[in-house]
Amino acid sequence: METTTWPVLTVLTFLPLIGVVFLLLIRGDEDVVSRNARNVALWVSGFTFLLSLTLLINFDPTYAGYQFVDKGEWLAADGIGFMMGVDGISMPFIVLSAFLTPLAILASWQSVQHRVREYMIAFLALETLMIGTFAALDLVVFYLFFEAVLIPMFIIIGIWGGARRVYSAFKFFLYTLAGSVLMLVAILVMYNIAGTTNIPQLTDFAFDPDVQFWLFLAFFASFAVKMPMWPVHTWLPDAHVEAPTAGSMILAGVLLKMGGYGFLRFSLPMFPDASVTFAPMIFVLSIIAIIYTSLVALAQQDMKKLIAYSSVAHMGFVTIGIFSLNVQGVAGAMFQMISHGLISAALFFAVGVVYDRLHTRDIDAYGGVADAMPRYAVFFMIMMLGSVGLPGTTGFVGEFLVMVGAWQANILVAIFTATGIVLGATYMLWLYRRVVFGRAEKDEILSLEPLNQREIFIFVPLTILVIWYGIFPSGILEIMDVSIMTVLDQMDLASMELSGNSQIATTGIGE
Amino acid sequence: MMDLLNLQPATAEIFLALASLGLVLVSAFVAPQEKASKLVRRLTLISFAIAIFLTIYNGSTPAYAFNGQFFTSSFMVYMKVIILLGAMGILLMAKRELKQDQIDRPELPLLMLLSVVGMMLMVSANDIIVLYMGLELQSLPLYVIAAIRRESLRSSEAGLKYFLLGALSSGLLLYGASLLYGFTGHTSYDGIKIALENDVSPGAVIGMVFLISGLAFKISAAPFHMWTPDVYEGSPSIVTAFFAVVPKLAAMTLFLRFTYGVLADASDSWQQIVMIIAVLSMLIGAGGAIMQTDIKRLMAYSSIAHMGYALVGVAAASDLGIGAVMLYMTIYVISSIGVFAIILSLKQEGRPLTRIEDLAGFSKTHPVYALAMMVLMFSMAGIPPMGGFFGKWYVFSAAIASGHVALAIIGVLASVIGAFYYIRIIKVMYVDDQVISIDNHIPRSNTMIALGAAVLMAVFLFGLGVLREQITAAVPFVVFVAG
Repeated sequence: METTTWPVLTVLTFLPLIGVVFLLLIRGDEDVVSRNARNVALWVSGFTFLLSLTLLINFDPTYAGYQFVDKGEWLAADGIGFMMGVDGISMPFIVLSAFLTPLAILASWQSVQHRVREYMIAFLALETLMIGTFAALDLVVFYLFFEAVLIPMFIIIGIWGGARRVYSAFKFFLYTLAGSVLMLVAILVMYNIAGTTNIPQLTDFAFDPDVQFWLFLAFFASFAVKMPMWPVHTWLPDAHVEAPTAGSMILAGVLLKMGGYGFLRFSLPMFPDASVTFAPMIFVLSIIAIIYTSLVALAQQDMKKLIAYSSVAHMGFVTIGIFSLNVQGVAGAMFQMISHGLISAALFFAVGVVYDRLHTRDIDAYGGVADAMPRYAVFFMIMMLGSVGLPGTTGFVGEFLVMVGAWQANILVAIFTATGIVLGATYMLWLYRRVVFGRAEKDEILSLEPLNQREIFIFVPLTILVIWYGIFPSGILEIMDVSIMTVLDQMDLASMELSGNSQIATTGIGE
Repeated sequence: MMDLLNLQPATAEIFLALASLGLVLVSAFVAPQEKASKLVRRLTLISFAIAIFLTIYNGSTPAYAFNGQFFTSSFMVYMKVIILLGAMGILLMAKRELKQDQIDRPELPLLMLLSVVGMMLMVSANDIIVLYMGLELQSLPLYVIAAIRRESLRSSEAGLKYFLLGALSSGLLLYGASLLYGFTGHTSYDGIKIALENDVSPGAVIGMVFLISGLAFKISAAPFHMWTPDVYEGSPSIVTAFFAVVPKLAAMTLFLRFTYGVLADASDSWQQIVMIIAVLSMLIGAGGAIMQTDIKRLMAYSSIAHMGYALVGVAAASDLGIGAVMLYMTIYVISSIGVFAIILSLKQEGRPLTRIEDLAGFSKTHPVYALAMMVLMFSMAGIPPMGGFFGKWYVFSAAIASGHVALAIIGVLASVIGAFYYIRIIKVMYVDDQVISIDNHIPRSNTMIALGAAVLMAVFLFGLGVLREQITAAVPFVVFVAG
């Protein structure tokens, strides 16, 4: 483990909270407070992003352990300590969180007009908690961050959401909490068996396979809800539909990834035997998720709901990639998560842009938007194609690698996954056609204002990244390569067994 | 150590008893009732402060008094200080309440004081006769203050209900104690403990069951919880706040001392009972609160659930469990006082508001209080990083360390149900539009206590290490058998 001279990671994590303090100190009448709150939030989150970039630059991708490790005394008597650090798996997520937060704040520049100060406080607190979740190297610290995320998100949906916001906020909160508390019990069991909550130590600890079985299920309960996986995904469409645009961007962009991150950080290295045992179950659930939610997405009338269901399908790719338990699959899953983080944030923003103008998300209310908003049509198209997985975008790289990984694990899984890609293209292209193409006949469509500079400023970096990393995926893959190898090495024996099985399966089909 | 004449360990109790006698005289001789009330209230507060000082000053070295019938140690010091602080917190907020509820008489602070003396005796009792005396001294003033608004039908009803069920539970407890005495031949804790080390006779087990049932009444654990919502709702709010905090703490301490201390070697016999009580309390507390519209009734069910969580730690029957219960009760006391400080602040032209929907729009009219309430609600729901989470963490950790994983699973699932009604209050405050205009004037004492409690819960994780050290040091002294 490499330690640094000053606690850069802790500073990065808690920097947004300093912004919260500033926001609390603002005085004046409501207009002044709102204006200043927006500016403070943007500057603080922007600065946090820059700091996360310096972290990325100083990150050594060839090093297998944790970097920038900060340690602190906390509950020494109970064997629980404060510890933070990053490896190739958490690094991209931290940068993603720090990158999306300023964009989300910018996205709500005009659409949020009441209680602006509280809104910005919620977002900055959320940023701290997101970064903390990915950086924590102690299970208790991780759980604190992971669970506390519910508080700002509950408030964001509940206060600034749409008409059914209360129902959605409660559903989001209680679903996620129910999953997480089971993980809490598992954490307590691990703590009692291993005597520590230190993640690197727990990774080296060999849990009894029988115990692993239950621990895996408990962690699975939490991460499956968070991902979300079928059949516990039903909170997601509701939450997305009712959340404000920026809330959806962060929810889809970062919060969903906590589930996938959890699988990679905990389930695979700590419960390798159980991961192998449960892999078939997860394949089945993921395939159902991909096909079923894609079909459900086809039937949606609400743009946000459609994209929400597509998120469930895309997360299905991620779980298949992770549990294919080989380098290509896991790397594909990681890449897919980053890619989806960028694309879904942009897609939800794209919905928000037209929603701000027409105040409806009903697909039938649109048509021919391209006539009034040509630039918007271009950005929307790039993101739509990224979501479909067009070569040249990040979506393609992620899906392709997952397919390669799945093929090695089980050919049937790969075949079913491929149908998902076809269905994904269907509903996304159809959505795009209905909203953007056609002849604009209605007056309100013709009089739509074109994208303003702020909106372009949000789309441009997302678009550049989606295309850049679609063409040069190695930029991201190199960062995580060594860490993925480490995770798979840690479950060494178990994965050997699995590839043995798949060998048999391959020859079986080959004959 | 068994010096008959050494009264030093009981200085705080003796002081408080004398103070209460002196205050009776003060209240009788000071002329206008308002003046007497004010004076007695202040003097009671000062007496509590002095008692805290005496309790701490006398130190935490284990010591007996009254020929071994009274025992004090760091464990008792910890619990007594929290009891006294809790009582002080409630009394600090009483000024306006007493005036507006037309109960501005010196009796209320005086009876609280007497009750607290009883609680301190309960905590330190080392003999079942002393225990019973302490328990009754604690209970009788409470029956009176529940019914202190004589002209109010509901207050009288609450007092009567509390009295009848309280008397029943005291009877159960006494019966259990007499059985224990009969089958072990001892009234002292130490004697009973030693007698049970060798042999647990069926009669002693029956005695234990009665005793635990009686104690469960006192902490309002299910299935002995029926009185709680009615008494909470009917009593004046300030009295409800007192009931919710202080007697629970004393009774829980007694529970700990008796189960883990005295009956430690018979833990096989009582562990299952405590577990069942814990599970029922968690589920009934969580389920019962969902449909409530009155915030005091909601707090009643919430307290039932919290007692259930604390009992999970008792059921663990280990040092870890005791420490967890101590921490849990500390957190429970702080957050409950904070919540009641806010409930007591809800008035419309001086009339108390107790419906949950009265809180609608609270975040717009009183943003700071709404924020404090939100922190306290998340804390009670056990959402990290608030203090309430750590209470649950240690309680369930102790249960799992003792091998009761199922108990922990039931507990965490009940906490999800519980979270529903806590976040419902947040929703009412932040989402719903204002219906009733809440008075703007909030007494400074309420503000300080509400905000103080919220801040403590929000930054609890920083002080946790220090608190844990205190608790860990105190745990071995739940009972102390010399020699």
